[in-house]
Amino acid sequence: MSPPASNDLSAGGGGTLAVPPLTGGPRIGGGRTARRGLSGRFVVGPTLTGGFVVLFLSVVVLIPLAVLVYKSTGSGWAGFWHQVHSPFAWSALKLTVVMSLLVALINLVMGTAIAWLLVRDRMPGRQFLDTIIDLPFALPTIVAGVTLILLFGPTSPIGINLAYARSGVLLALLFVSLPFVVRTVQPVLLELDRDMEEAAASLGASQFTIFRRIILPTIAPAMAAGTTLAFARALSEFGSTVLISGNLPGKTQVAAVFIYGKIQEDSVTGAAAVSTVLLAVSLVVLVLLNVIQLWVARRD
Amino acid sequence: MSIKVAGVSKNFGDFAALTDVSVDIPSGSLTALLGPSGGGKSTLLRVIAGLEQPDSGVVQIDGVDATVLPPQRRGVGFVFQHYAAFKHMTVERNVAFGLSIRHKPKAEIRERVRELLELVHLEQFAHRYPSQLSGGQRQRMALARALAVEPKVLLLDEPFGALDAQVRKELRAWLRRLHDKVHVTTVFVTHDQEEAMEVADEIVVMADGVVKQVGSPDELYERPSSDFVMSFLGPVTRIGGELVRPHDIELFDEPEAGARPATVSRVTRLGFEVRVDLDIDGEEAWAQVTRGTAEHLALEQGKQIFIRPQHTRTSVAASSAPRSTS
Repeated sequence: MSPPASNDLSAGGGGTLAVPPLTGGPRIGGGRTARRGLSGRFVVGPTLTGGFVVLFLSVVVLIPLAVLVYKSTGSGWAGFWHQVHSPFAWSALKLTVVMSLLVALINLVMGTAIAWLLVRDRMPGRQFLDTIIDLPFALPTIVAGVTLILLFGPTSPIGINLAYARSGVLLALLFVSLPFVVRTVQPVLLELDRDMEEAAASLGASQFTIFRRIILPTIAPAMAAGTTLAFARALSEFGSTVLISGNLPGKTQVAAVFIYGKIQEDSVTGAAAVSTVLLAVSLVVLVLLNVIQLWVARRD
Repeated sequence: MSIKVAGVSKNFGDFAALTDVSVDIPSGSLTALLGPSGGGKSTLLRVIAGLEQPDSGVVQIDGVDATVLPPQRRGVGFVFQHYAAFKHMTVERNVAFGLSIRHKPKAEIRERVRELLELVHLEQFAHRYPSQLSGGQRQRMALARALAVEPKVLLLDEPFGALDAQVRKELRAWLRRLHDKVHVTTVFVTHDQEEAMEVADEIVVMADGVVKQVGSPDELYERPSSDFVMSFLGPVTRIGGELVRPHDIELFDEPEAGARPATVSRVTRLGFEVRVDLDIDGEEAWAQVTRGTAEHLALEQGKQIFIRPQHTRTSVAASSAPRSTS
């Protein structure tokens, strides 16, 4: 059939025959717009879809969080402050935040090193390493806790006992947060334009200068994003630390476990107050992550 | 500064990228490495730059043995097909890179960068990021960046390969003019014979990892040393088993000495030139004539004419043995 003929049919309006060839193109385009809609520009029924999303977010996220904040300040700001500032709450929060920062920093260095190894090194067993990096994602954290207490607990077969010590908490947090920096940096390293490095070399840059001035700035946003995620993960960790830490209040008890204990004691306000602090820290971290993403978007 | 490549071989596994390649590139020249993809020309360029190590052979730059020197110490400027722009730096800082890692004084760097951006017509884009530039602009930035460190030789790997046809044409002419201004020994890789002929003083034709012929564009076009070079450098057709340029065929409507009969199978007008498809005793060939000739002979499909090739490669090949090296 010649193109004009099919146009005629569609112009006639009744031609179901003419529909497939004519809508073929637009339908592809339509699909694209619909997908784009997920990132904010809704094409079909913006009000309806938007309404559902807001409802969903409200039920699942916003209302519970609002209740949490409300409960934590139920006896006023003074009450909130009193709860947060009670010795055990405060030390649990301090331990959690300090440990999370430490874990984030170690991850920043080691995660980047591991990603580098996975992408740039041709060492044997690389494929295997690449596979097990994700294990902490897949593993229930309590299993990680059991593993750690078996290896580094009082009955340690290698004679290293980290149980009831802060180093045990650190180890547990390192275990569960390992994949974040590796998995954010790895794809960026993979896509790193090797020509850039060669260009820099031909301009006289040493290997160190190439790393510092070309590679590092390119992967820095990914490193920052991964580190932020690792920090957030460590902040919220419960399962892997609950066994090895022994939950010594004021010493090895992390915030999440402290909150659990408060609920056990029926102290809802105390649990809510510490939770609210964690929530606030998480929010700060998320804002940070968004700032990083904006920074990247501006550059690319 | 001259470049001398002697007996260079390079294998990638089983694949012989370069086999005993020897080339002399005189100081101040603009040389094209021309050939089909996979012919070894990019590998040769990378060997000269130190980005690949040859398995055997010697590379000299400016009379100094550079074979084992790392790229950092060869004094070459390298321009990549896909620009290799430092994406996280502004145009200005890209161009300044080579100078700033040498810890030159800030004022000197600023002045030099300004000069270079002027040279490549990017003054007003100094504070943009590469992602905000077009392909042609990015490549000009890459060129300024390479020139900033005053390299002994400038090496360009398919510099216009990623650009669209119009920009390509503009940049070609621009590169030629730039070279006339800057005079740095320049070698560029291309698979486009038109580009090589238009820009280069000297062309090195490469295929299958060996140098096929070296010469000026005219020499190569007029006196190709092999069927390969002849057919790679311009249009060819085959008459009586011999390669001939389609514009080197005389057409007559009467029998002439040395002319053979042919039948016009199709006449295609392409503006000024006219393509005449011919049937010579069942063999297909084609000739390129001017519009005037076509009208004079009243060429049309089915017309019986007589043709006489003016030059064929085999009749002149003896005068141009491959001049690969000395």
